[in-house]
Amino acid sequence: MKYGYYPGCSLERNANSYHKSAMAVSKPLGVEFAEIDDWNCCGATEYIALDMMASFALVARNLAKAAELPGNGHQLVCPCSLCYLNMSKTEVYLERSPEFATKINTALAAGGMHYEPGNLRVRHLLDVFVNDVGYDAIAEKVTHPLKGLRIAPYYGCMIVRPAYQQPFDDEEYPTTLDKLMKALGGEVVDFPLKASCCGGHMTQISESVAFDLIHRIIKNAADYQADVIVTLCPMCQLNLDAYQDAMNKYMKTNYHIPILYFTQLMGLAFGMASTEMGIGKEFIDARQALAKIGVEVPVEDAGKKKKTTKEELPMPRMPEEG
Amino acid sequence: MSEEPKERVGVYVCHCGTNIAGVVDVEDVAKWAGEQPNVVCSRDYKFMCSSLGQELIEQDIKEHDLTRIVVASCSPHMHEKTFRTATEHGGLNPYLFEMANIREHDSWATNDKEMATQKAKALVNAAIERVIHHQPLEPIPVEINPNTLVVGGGIAGISAALELANAGYHVYMVEREPSIGGHMAQLDKTFPTLDCSACILTPRMVEVGQHPNITLWSYSEVENVSGYIGNFSVTVRKKARYVNEGLCTGCGICEEKCPRKVVDEVFEAGLSYRKAVYRPFPQAVPKYPVLDPSNCTYFERGKCKACQILCPTNAIDFEQQDELMQIQVGNIILATGFDLFDARRISQYGYGRLANVFSSLEFERLVNASGPTGGKIMLRDGVTQPESVAIVHCVGSRDKNYNEYCSKVCCMYSLKFAHLVHERLPNAEIYNFYIDMRTPGKGYEEFYHRLLHEGAHFIRGRVAEITDAARLPGEEGKLIVQAEDTLIGRQRRIPVDMVILSAGVEARHDSKDISLLFGMGCDFEGFFVERHPKLDPVATMTEGVFIAGACQGPKDIPDSVAQGAAASARVAGLISRATVMMEPVRAHIDAEACSGCRICNNMCPYNAIVFHEDRKVSEVITALCQGCGTCVAACPSAAITGAHFTNQQVLSEIEGILWDVRERQLVPA
Repeated sequence: MKYGYYPGCSLERNANSYHKSAMAVSKPLGVEFAEIDDWNCCGATEYIALDMMASFALVARNLAKAAELPGNGHQLVCPCSLCYLNMSKTEVYLERSPEFATKINTALAAGGMHYEPGNLRVRHLLDVFVNDVGYDAIAEKVTHPLKGLRIAPYYGCMIVRPAYQQPFDDEEYPTTLDKLMKALGGEVVDFPLKASCCGGHMTQISESVAFDLIHRIIKNAADYQADVIVTLCPMCQLNLDAYQDAMNKYMKTNYHIPILYFTQLMGLAFGMASTEMGIGKEFIDARQALAKIGVEVPVEDAGKKKKTTKEELPMPRMPEEG
Repeated sequence: MSEEPKERVGVYVCHCGTNIAGVVDVEDVAKWAGEQPNVVCSRDYKFMCSSLGQELIEQDIKEHDLTRIVVASCSPHMHEKTFRTATEHGGLNPYLFEMANIREHDSWATNDKEMATQKAKALVNAAIERVIHHQPLEPIPVEINPNTLVVGGGIAGISAALELANAGYHVYMVEREPSIGGHMAQLDKTFPTLDCSACILTPRMVEVGQHPNITLWSYSEVENVSGYIGNFSVTVRKKARYVNEGLCTGCGICEEKCPRKVVDEVFEAGLSYRKAVYRPFPQAVPKYPVLDPSNCTYFERGKCKACQILCPTNAIDFEQQDELMQIQVGNIILATGFDLFDARRISQYGYGRLANVFSSLEFERLVNASGPTGGKIMLRDGVTQPESVAIVHCVGSRDKNYNEYCSKVCCMYSLKFAHLVHERLPNAEIYNFYIDMRTPGKGYEEFYHRLLHEGAHFIRGRVAEITDAARLPGEEGKLIVQAEDTLIGRQRRIPVDMVILSAGVEARHDSKDISLLFGMGCDFEGFFVERHPKLDPVATMTEGVFIAGACQGPKDIPDSVAQGAAASARVAGLISRATVMMEPVRAHIDAEACSGCRICNNMCPYNAIVFHEDRKVSEVITALCQGCGTCVAACPSAAITGAHFTNQQVLSEIEGILWDVRERQLVPA
């Protein structure tokens, strides 16, 4: 199975462990990803609010590049929910309106590119794993079942809603990730807030709103005694992981639930090393939870600061904020 | 000098008030028609269907010596009969008339006056060209078999069957389930009078079971239907009950002693159990139980036979086979009812996932004295009484994602539920989440007001989500119903113990197959299509097939009863006429031209063609022919003609409709 692959910006940085683990688990499953050459940002949520036409052109450039990839099977896979949404939205809009497609192609022509609408079907990584590879084929690869690990499957809001192309799961109560985690031998908890919002970029705009949304999800997972929340979106992972402590402080609570990518748990179940899965990079330490399934995560000696040498010159001082 | 026309055609263009005249220039069409060959008289008139309009035709036939009539007006479904009669009164054979539909096919379809007028001329011209070739025909009398088949033994089918049986006509009633009674038998109370449903239904069920004019086959299905009005031949499969009805006394010992318990998905809506040999409810008609082989220990493992050993009359028969019954009937009434919308499809309401979310049919059983809790309102644990209940209206109805239509009965049954909860648990808080309250009907609005006085809460807003994820104080351990209260413009979260989903009414899952079986139409949703939505709601486009009750669209009990009675009145009318006149549209084989290839013999869906071995030619039995035209098209020797649809008539009509195309071609490019 061959696909075009668009990692998106976050997978190069904060969600690098998602990228690493996705690549690692796809190999034994016989899935081949060809990364788009010279891809660019999908525009996230912000750019479309500033300049709609330019933001669509930005996405269309990626589509044009992806369509050129040899052996892409006319499919483009995005691991990030937001990239997936932007790509599929643009593709569908281009298909629906020839007038819009002409405008976008005029912009692409400036770079010597062209995109024929309908050329690509945009897929999320989860969709490919559960529907193309299948639960049975995945279960076959499991050597270290996640027995006894209580998992809260968290889909976030953008993967199934709004379904621009064929929806691959229920829009209000998705279950594909639940079934995948069961195939890995995990104990899946019924998680009512599985498709509610993590707050997105509200962390940058309004603390009270963002922390309330994060609190709902974390509290609900804790109420169901989940050991770990598993996610498929870099934004969700960032919010629930990096802001969990700040939320605890704001809400006067004391939750401690690690947030992992579903591909990381797939890798562990396939018997791959935790370091290979990028585990150990998360803010909320997953060691305690993973110890339940006998996974040890080596401690990185990142705590030690690099010693400065006498010869080294001081860094320029940045002006104080405020 | 113009040639003397061989036929003398009269053309009448109807204004239909402004329905046609508002778009089509009727005067121009009439004037233009008068200039066409063979036309000797052409007029436009305000309402051709009025007595004066009809008299106009009659007078002109006499005065102008007309031999053919064309009326350009509405659909033949509406007035073909009217104008044929007028033609006959004028002294012509009624089939020397042709109708051009310039309303449904023209003025109602566009606002473009010029194009509409042009099309009207084409349609009128087609009719003129066709009518010239019409032949005088005589209608064919068909005898009506006085027996009637009623399919479905719910309240609509029961009322249809009883009306006919009491009028002295024989009825065959076929019911799929082990007992008649339908959905009404599952209900506790009926709105708005709060009559006990079983108390008013069971006397009628018993009447059906005992009536000398009714042959009741329960646990049976119609397998095949052939024939036409007055003469249907129907095959009914009586599924094996494994109980000999001649020996069984209905004592119930087999059911009592059967060791196998399974969830009753049908009558108890999955909320309770039944045995492998069972009667769905104590008042079942007929009283004979049914043995369900897919859950019977004997059929699975070849052991047990408890029922057979203990039956005092030796009525259990494990060798019983399905029986095929062949019956002849003159008319058919379909009253196949509805399916409840499956609330699992709306995943955010949590039905099937959250224990204390109930479907409306489940609640009917829960609150029913003969139900699993003896009528006590309990949560799914069977012991806890709810202190607060939310009733969610419009589940699967008035929703673009599921069914766009209103299911008509849910507002009223939701009010009934609210009342029953209030009656049994006076201290419970009751919340109704509604979009609009729809309570049209005798005593319905008054019932709504009664509920308002009883203190039920009404929140106007479609429910977004039902969840057990507690967020605010007081929500722990409860089901939280979230909705936007559109009257105050706020989001509200109401924690409750129990949620009832007022699921909508859907067509039977197999209604499309049923409509094919009976050769009639069903709409996109699967409801059967009536002949006319206002004026002919129980007849269908298939002569002799009638519909009643919720199979035609969502309906409450009074409407279903009324339709059942209406359908039987239509059937009784046909039976008392004894014969009906059928359209003489029939095929005829020219024996001279027939090559004896027999292709038509197998093509005919009505088995109306016989082959004469001695003369090596085929012949159509006129009484059996339905005029479908299949053989006409199939005949390689063009030896078969369809009366009123001859090649000459159809080709002339096509040439007529293309008159302006022909004219355009004359102009050199």
